Amino acid sequence: MSAPVDSLSQPRFVAGDNGDRLLQVSLGPQHPSTHGVFRMNVDLDGETVVRLKPVFGYLHRNHEKIAESATYLGSIPYTDRLDYICSLTNNWAYALAVEKLAGIEVPERAEYLRIITAELTRLINHTAFAGFILGDMGAWGSALMYAFREREKILDLFEDLTGARMMCNYMRFGGCRCDTPEGWVDRAKKVVAEYPAFLDELEQLLLGNEILLARTRDVGALPAATLLDGGITGPLLRAAGCAYDVRKVDGYGLYSRFKFRVPLGGHGDCYDRIMIRFLEMRESLAILREALDTLPAGPVINPKVKVRAFKPPVGEAYARIEGPKGELGFYLVSDGSPRPYRYRVRPPSFINLTLLEDMCLGRDLADVVVILGSIDIVLGEVDR
Amino acid sequence: MSPASAPTFLETLPLLPQRLIGDALRSLGIPEAFAAAAETAVAAIIVFSLFAGMFALLSLIERKVLARVQNRPGPNRVGPCGILQPVADGIKMLTKEDVVPVSADRLLHFLAPVLIVIPSILALGVLPYGREWVPVPATLGLLFFFAVGAMTELSIFLAGWASGSKFPLLGAMRAIAQMVSYELPLILSATAVVMLSGTLSLPEIVEKQGGWTLGFLPAWNLFTPWGLVAGSIFFIAGIAEANRCPFDLPEGESEIVAGHMTEYSGFKYALFFMGEYLGLFALSSLGITLFLGGWQAPLPGLGFVPSYVWFFLKLAVVIFLFLWIRATFPRVRMDQLMRFAWMFLIPVALLNLPSAAVWHYAGGGLMGWLACGPFLVLPYLALTIHFNRKLAQSTRTYRFAE
Repeated sequence: MSAPVDSLSQPRFVAGDNGDRLLQVSLGPQHPSTHGVFRMNVDLDGETVVRLKPVFGYLHRNHEKIAESATYLGSIPYTDRLDYICSLTNNWAYALAVEKLAGIEVPERAEYLRIITAELTRLINHTAFAGFILGDMGAWGSALMYAFREREKILDLFEDLTGARMMCNYMRFGGCRCDTPEGWVDRAKKVVAEYPAFLDELEQLLLGNEILLARTRDVGALPAATLLDGGITGPLLRAAGCAYDVRKVDGYGLYSRFKFRVPLGGHGDCYDRIMIRFLEMRESLAILREALDTLPAGPVINPKVKVRAFKPPVGEAYARIEGPKGELGFYLVSDGSPRPYRYRVRPPSFINLTLLEDMCLGRDLADVVVILGSIDIVLGEVDR
Repeated sequence: MSPASAPTFLETLPLLPQRLIGDALRSLGIPEAFAAAAETAVAAIIVFSLFAGMFALLSLIERKVLARVQNRPGPNRVGPCGILQPVADGIKMLTKEDVVPVSADRLLHFLAPVLIVIPSILALGVLPYGREWVPVPATLGLLFFFAVGAMTELSIFLAGWASGSKFPLLGAMRAIAQMVSYELPLILSATAVVMLSGTLSLPEIVEKQGGWTLGFLPAWNLFTPWGLVAGSIFFIAGIAEANRCPFDLPEGESEIVAGHMTEYSGFKYALFFMGEYLGLFALSSLGITLFLGGWQAPLPGLGFVPSYVWFFLKLAVVIFLFLWIRATFPRVRMDQLMRFAWMFLIPVALLNLPSAAVWHYAGGGLMGWLACGPFLVLPYLALTIHFNRKLAQSTRTYRFAE
């Protein structure tokens, strides 16, 4: 026991670039605010970040390789577990890739249901985000609990529709697994109608708070060009003022039918990132109102699609959607067998994380936590 | 009502045990010095057990209040309405393994949690809880309070350093910077009270706040311009001294896990908790004594209620304020915290001293308000406008792409 004691008797220092001693702190993998088992090796000069090295892989579960040995259908429940807060958007991105690969048509009602569930998922994600980032700033609980109270109402809708609250496993190639139960649309309309009041309340509670302003303004900002070079997408990129939303760019599904705007920030700091998400929720509500009012009748799944022994033709396809956290893509290569030859996920959480060090350099340790929170990661998706 | 009349039985009830013991010892022929010492010891034990009990209660109430704010039920499994939760917590803490890191300095690591409880207990001893109830009547009570209060920093730094670990070290660094900075506005705001009361004795400071303005408004220091400013500064600096949200940086859990308490477990951790809560009680009690009239009744005609009841009611209100703030605000950053202390609180607290003098020479009343007002309002406006300039300039608008 004696030898290691000596080496441990003082906190460990590492050498900085100009020979000064830096305190190396390992934030994570079991740290209260790394959103799961994420780890950052941070070299600190006092409390200022000089170097930051993200370390991940603690939640690696071989998702992509397992999908290559499962059938196309068998992977759908697995996609739920990527970004486990937003299972429905994951379903959609995967289903879209398979549909592109095999050239499958989707009935109109199914497209509407996909948009409705995806926008509800966006609401869940952004609402929970507001709670999480307040937790990162030290207001444990209050904002998060308010957020979860509202999330609960949407989860109830999901449960009625899909049978599960979080792991929904709802979409299939060529449509959705089942139609809405009796009265579901009315209940959804009610939730959507009540949501703006909650958003008003939350905005009033949070966005004018001077401590929140002081903690988030001009923190973690990077120029839009750097973000583009890093492949950053989603609210992070839009907060920096770059108008890139896959719903507008690709117009996948029936999004081109709906009227909605893409909010853009001017500074790209943490405050803008919070604001953009709040504004996006308002736009999602507009989409939801329109979609729920004009939901057409008809089948929810293309009856021609063979679910069992499904073999897409040889080829490859990449499909992407605007997930709540950014561009979520699936790349599939088919060799004509019932299993994909290659299955690859483009997870927005993971790619948005790549510029973490650039955002954090020269900031306080306390800022690192807020910046990480503002990126909005889910480790299930980062590590796969 | 009239303080000259003999104190009622209820008024002297908290003193009963110490008097009984003292009389018993004297009747046995024990020398007076020993009997007096025994009396003081009993008084101290009563105060300590009272506040230890209140600590247990507060640990439950805090969780309950937080839960209500966050719209969840809070602890409700142990006993009716969770009332036995503190007992369960205590048993858990006592039976937990006491982990000491290999890299820790074992002696200092052990001493730190013990040392953090002592100053709070000492400070609680000199406070006047009721008209008759002053456990240790000290003529320099205020000075004593701040002197022992300054020991808290030392034990927090000790804990951080002796753990031989990184998060505690960071927490200790933060604690030292924060507590040294915030002790200044705390003492400066108390100085204004000392100037006008002309005494450092806490019971006398409370006595001087007796009586009524306009027949109904209590003559507490808070209801004077300088007292309002000093009281607000005292409250804010007190939050920082007590390590409470939004100034709980030394243990900022979302950043440095638990700060100086990271490497503590079991009963040592409970002692830190206790020290923190006792410090909170002590600071709130001092604030009540200095600005909220101590045990004085809030309205005329309520003199029949024992005075210590008012004291503890006021304490409950102040503590609730602390809980409310904790449930509402995010945490500030270190540099913002320091800037706030040095660039806002300390200048205002310094300006408050001449304004207290002006109040004294203007003789209080309307003249005092008119003379003091500009002294405080103008610098306050200047400082806030200066600091809010950046915020006001950058009202953001957001573009929308179609």
